[in-house]
Amino acid sequence: MNTTATKNPCKLCAPLGASLVFKGIRGAIPVLHGSQGCATYIRGYFISHFREPVDIASSNFVETTSIFGGEKNLCEALENINRQYNPEVIGVATTCLSETIGDNVPLFLNNFLKKKGSEPFPDIIFASTPSYSGSHIDGFHAAVKAVVEYYSHFRETADLLSARGREGNSVAVLPNFVSPEDIRHLKEIILDFGVNPVFVPDYSQTLDGVSWNKYEKIPEGGTSKEELLSLRKVSSVIELGNSLNEKDSAGKFLESEVGTKRHGLGLPIGIDLTDDFFNSLKIISGRKIPDKYIAQRGRLVDAYCDAHKYLFGKKAVVFGDEDMVVSIARFLCETGIIPVLCASGAQGSELKKALQQLSMEYKNKIVIRTKADFVDIEEEAVALKPDFLIGNSKGYTLSRKMGVPLIRVGFPVHDRFGASRISHLCYKGTQELFDRIVNTIIAKKQSESAAGYTYM
Amino acid sequence: MPEILIQRKKQVFRKGKDDFSIKCGKDSTAGSVSQRSCVFCGSRVVLYPIVDALHLVHGPIGCAAYTWDLRGSLSSGRQLHRMSFSTDLQEKDVVFGGEKKLYQSLVELIDKYKPKSAFVYATCIVGIIGDDVDAVCKRVSKEKGVPVLPVHSEGFKGTKKDGYKAACEALFKLVGTSEIKDTGKFSINILGDFNIAGETWMIRDYYSRMGVEVVSTITGDGRTDDICRAHGASLNIVQCSGSMMYLAKMMKEEYGIPFMRVSYFGIEDTSDALLKVAEFFKNTEIVARTKQLIKEETEIYLSEIYKYKNELEGKKATIYVGGAFKAFSLIKALDMIGMSVAVVGSQTGNQDDYARLKEMCDEGTIILDDSNPVELAHFSLEKNVDIFIGGVKERPMAYKLGIGFCDHNHHRKEVLTGYRGTLNFVREVYSSVMSPVWRFTNRK
Repeated sequence: MNTTATKNPCKLCAPLGASLVFKGIRGAIPVLHGSQGCATYIRGYFISHFREPVDIASSNFVETTSIFGGEKNLCEALENINRQYNPEVIGVATTCLSETIGDNVPLFLNNFLKKKGSEPFPDIIFASTPSYSGSHIDGFHAAVKAVVEYYSHFRETADLLSARGREGNSVAVLPNFVSPEDIRHLKEIILDFGVNPVFVPDYSQTLDGVSWNKYEKIPEGGTSKEELLSLRKVSSVIELGNSLNEKDSAGKFLESEVGTKRHGLGLPIGIDLTDDFFNSLKIISGRKIPDKYIAQRGRLVDAYCDAHKYLFGKKAVVFGDEDMVVSIARFLCETGIIPVLCASGAQGSELKKALQQLSMEYKNKIVIRTKADFVDIEEEAVALKPDFLIGNSKGYTLSRKMGVPLIRVGFPVHDRFGASRISHLCYKGTQELFDRIVNTIIAKKQSESAAGYTYM
Repeated sequence: MPEILIQRKKQVFRKGKDDFSIKCGKDSTAGSVSQRSCVFCGSRVVLYPIVDALHLVHGPIGCAAYTWDLRGSLSSGRQLHRMSFSTDLQEKDVVFGGEKKLYQSLVELIDKYKPKSAFVYATCIVGIIGDDVDAVCKRVSKEKGVPVLPVHSEGFKGTKKDGYKAACEALFKLVGTSEIKDTGKFSINILGDFNIAGETWMIRDYYSRMGVEVVSTITGDGRTDDICRAHGASLNIVQCSGSMMYLAKMMKEEYGIPFMRVSYFGIEDTSDALLKVAEFFKNTEIVARTKQLIKEETEIYLSEIYKYKNELEGKKATIYVGGAFKAFSLIKALDMIGMSVAVVGSQTGNQDDYARLKEMCDEGTIILDDSNPVELAHFSLEKNVDIFIGGVKERPMAYKLGIGFCDHNHHRKEVLTGYRGTLNFVREVYSSVMSPVWRFTNRK
């Protein structure tokens, strides 16, 4: 039964996504304009997943703030963050509270900077992320767009552009909500094509870093201001994930405002989608695919063949963020596994569109559920008798109840170790994912066998 | 020195050098990365362990999502408390109000899950959009014949402590609503233990061995029916006084039930607690049984604990906890194994708490109120502590700096109270302090 209430949600709130983006800008610290709890809960979630310190400040609303508005608190927060963290960038995101009382944050920031006059102050980037609208993914994209807009509007950049022209060997990469390991791998690939990537965001180091000898208030890493200022000059932008609508797409913004060539691609998981990604890089760089990746693809094809019998006709339940679900479902279909249920907490028009075609090919064996929660997923899943579930840690309850293994991908993965280093993307990431899936199936059969064989 | 914000100067105290009373109980400074949460969090964690209640969060999705299956509170029966329910307010609800959605949600969920009671948590925007949560709760309660209790936990209306208070007010509405039958003279309610990893069960077992009847456990492995008849007990035993004193005081006023503050952290405090309860009843048999219990348990565990003392002697700790009361017990527990505290703080301690901490600590100890990662890291490094005892938010900070860590918060999956828990605690400390991994880090 579908209920009015959401039960065991398959989504998080928008300010979480925005905070993650700001963690991927060098020298940046996020501040959430709202109650203290928002920052603390979101920190808790990130910390449990990344196992890194994640400092997120709050403008700390109290009762009077919500009556008289949050301008004073926001200004005090900005001053204090600047004093204590000495950041290069402050990323401000709103919450349901500040949006509901109607705080005009852009105006507050304008007033604040006007008062500062010529006194130097960190760049302040603002993203509107009311929690009552969309999910963490929408907050993520809103912040990506805010960062891109902010730095591509700089006058001096425009001057630079006319003076020097476009840089053919740089590409903007909007990687979507992926793991630090994924970002590192994408970077490696793009550099191997002889192209410099500018990631928005890049938290591959800030949220998966080394041991320290003092408290790094803002961890090293992230995309620098200089790189962000070069966004206006790059000739191409790769935007991963097809679920963004026009107005939330930073890639489309660059395309229409700056004339950057946009390559909108699905998250490169599986062979087909990774081929698309590499084809785009071929076009952007004008180079051949490096041998290293031809070999990776070759090994993946070989592995598909070697393992096909273990997988054919096996059934999977896929859940999580829309773009991840779409790409994983397509990947599973490549291997002979049927993604019998594909579900996301998102509104999910892309999920429906992308998977309807697939569903038809599979004679409607694929159930698609948007705006789903985990109780909905459970009610569907039981009858489908899946062989495994694939999604974030929140599926564990269901996995345990059904006695069906869960393969952990995406966010959050906070009931296992090493979430930052989970690979999902391109031939190499797919290979890792594939091996995990195959071994899960093999292990299940082995443990259920009467003989307990050691050789097969 | 770290950059201590001007607004926070009076919340950072160095014993032996400073001479002022810590300015606690104030709102967190805007822009400081406080480790505190919000009013909602306070209410949610306190009521969370009531296992047969429906916990519906009225607001946008975040608050419910982040608190889903959050605590390590175990249940011996239903598991309803481990589910997350939200009205998941959308933009149109914010414009037109969320009462209808709340009503609909409650009715459907009560029909589907048949809870014994329901708590409705009002989050930040609920009052602002003008929803009359009380009225909706009242209506549903009447229609469904199930107590439906509003919890006024708007995040910005204070700190976690105000959330505790809101939770206690909701609980108090349940207390006294059913008949007291067969409740004996030597009976208690266990308040402020949340059955993390089964701690309430262990404590309950101590009391049953003493011959003391436990009427209700509020809220660890909590049951609506037990709470409704909690007014039949002769005494309230309050651990985690920060959260449950409100309820104990209200019950004293309304039903004349006396209360007693105790702590079950550490052997000394656990023994004190049990003996105090036994002596309250002025029954020689109970006292004798309690003394026997203390003797037996201490014998089993103390020698085990002392095995670790040699190697831990002289090691130093930072303690950062929610309520300061827990810090007192931890300092005593560390002292037992020869360890000292060099930095100690709490999110929501009061004047009395800090005065006591000043008294308990050695010269040079840093005492912090509502601290943040920058300060906690700085002082822990300055004092070269060997272990940080806190909640999971502080864990990666400690590890990054090459400092051991012991999780003493409500996410944990280990029993840390009572006699067995004290041994577990010492083992936790030992396994982190003595790990060979630190030599590869910068703080060797």
